[in-house]
Amino acid sequence: MSAASSTTRLSAPGLLRHAVLLATAALVLIPFVWMVSLSIKPPGEIFRTGFSFWPHQFYGFENYAKAMTEAPLPRYMLNGVIVCTLIVLLQILVCAPAAYALAKLDFPGRGLLFGMVLVALILPHEVLALPLFVLGYKLGILNTYAALIFPYVVSPFGIFLFRQFFKTIPDDVVHAARLDGLNELAIVWKVMLPMAVPAIIAFAIFSVVSHWNSLFWPLIAVRDQALMPPPLGIMAFRNEEAGNDYGPLMAAATIVVAPLVIAFLAAQTWFVEGMTGGAVK
Amino acid sequence: MMAGILSVPDHLRRRRATSTRPPDATVEHAVRGHRHADIATAWSLAGPALILLMALFFLPVLTVFVIALTDWQFGASSLSFVGLANFREVFADQGFHASFLNTILYVLIVVPGTILLGLGIALLIESGKSCRAFYRALHFLPFMATLTAMAIAWEALLHPTIGLVNQTLAGFGLPTANWLRDEHTVLPVLAVIGIWQNLGYAMVLFLAGLKAIPQDLYDAADVDGADAWLDRLRTVTLPILGPVTMFVSIVVALKAFETFDTVQVLTQGGPEHASEMLLYTLYRESFQYLRTGYGSAVAVVFLAIVVALTLVQARLMDRKVHYQ
Repeated sequence: MSAASSTTRLSAPGLLRHAVLLATAALVLIPFVWMVSLSIKPPGEIFRTGFSFWPHQFYGFENYAKAMTEAPLPRYMLNGVIVCTLIVLLQILVCAPAAYALAKLDFPGRGLLFGMVLVALILPHEVLALPLFVLGYKLGILNTYAALIFPYVVSPFGIFLFRQFFKTIPDDVVHAARLDGLNELAIVWKVMLPMAVPAIIAFAIFSVVSHWNSLFWPLIAVRDQALMPPPLGIMAFRNEEAGNDYGPLMAAATIVVAPLVIAFLAAQTWFVEGMTGGAVK
Repeated sequence: MMAGILSVPDHLRRRRATSTRPPDATVEHAVRGHRHADIATAWSLAGPALILLMALFFLPVLTVFVIALTDWQFGASSLSFVGLANFREVFADQGFHASFLNTILYVLIVVPGTILLGLGIALLIESGKSCRAFYRALHFLPFMATLTAMAIAWEALLHPTIGLVNQTLAGFGLPTANWLRDEHTVLPVLAVIGIWQNLGYAMVLFLAGLKAIPQDLYDAADVDGADAWLDRLRTVTLPILGPVTMFVSIVVALKAFETFDTVQVLTQGGPEHASEMLLYTLYRESFQYLRTGYGSAVAVVFLAIVVALTLVQARLMDRKVHYQ
């Protein structure tokens, strides 16, 4: 191990590899760094040209306080947490039993149902927005939390992912659970899901990241500032401030981006798996 | 099938405890009765998902097609079929032409840019043993950061006077621009943001592809005298990555076609439609101008592009994986 790492450290290609990767990483990180840098600078320094990351006068407290008080940013964050949590819970509640039926039960129409899941997987959600908007209007739920949540209560990707995972669990496990007197629904919750924790984590990350970051549907579904999730909220904040008050605006952007970035850095492998699972669908 | 066979003894066990009928009649009754119970159970488990898939995916998509063929407007109580009039209007519209061509151009910049950078970075990461997770994390970060917020950070970077980009260019004595307000630069700049956001995603997919290359192939290449890194890359790695590259290209193209957040936050399609893209047109026509028929026709065109790309992707995947 130490021999291997010392040879890579000494060799010229190894050094070049680090140099190039550090340079590309630095370029990729510039928007983040610049955002954080502006969020701790006073207006005078923001509008004076210069490259320094760290301000002469630390203005972070003022900017972050302004971001938290002038816009209902805590409210936006809370809305994001509420909406993402409800969506992911409802998705698991709806998708897991269906995935179990597709993976472990034999019934007429199973192939058709799975085909429908695969077709739904292709449909881009933006195409469905207009009819869903009309549906929300007819149900009288536009401009409520329900409007933000209802299009996503069933996830074709969730059904697909859980089905693939459940298929890897041996039939003997299901059989044994039946002999123990469990009904099928109990098998889903008490036997299959506890064994499918990796799939649940991957799916939950995929779902939460997508919905925390989503702008398109919230823009259509809610008008009320008190209901806005973080992306819509920060856009509203930017438009109100007319982009002139950069410090608090960048502080707000940092606060919106921070939860996922921190979670990602803490559990990188899980995030990469969850976020790229969608590509292999 | 398996589940049906396996569950018969269980059912018999319960039967036997309560039934006084002769055993073989019980078996026959149990098998038939259980089939029905099985089917009912399966549908009760899959039913909620089926109903919601119908209500939230299939009926809406059919509705989009229907609305695209009518003159229906929000709030109107009646509608009449107008055939392909909406599509004719869309295809005759200069604004839609601009939007369509911009989207294609954007995709044509984002896909090669993302593929080259993603592949290059993946190859570099894989060529050494140290700091792999570290580099992967840093490059992947933009893909899961909230794009709406990061677009606002990009706006600050691209600010004509105090932005880092123009300050740097001016520092080197290079010409500067008002990147997001100049119709010649706005689309390429949005494409750069698109590449920035997706390159980590492509990198991760390429890393998975590289992991799947069997060591034997490199050993065989060694025997054939391909010992230099570049030789191995040319003779083994890149040819094998061919299908992966096709796959990643389509995945990235799908992402690029679905670009909306940066347009909405940074340019609103301007200046002079120079950065208008399909999803933004769809949003504006449907929900701001309330031209539902036109908006739905755009949605159908968009859907056709996405489905076509996905079918190509499925074709590629079919050679490697089967979902049964």
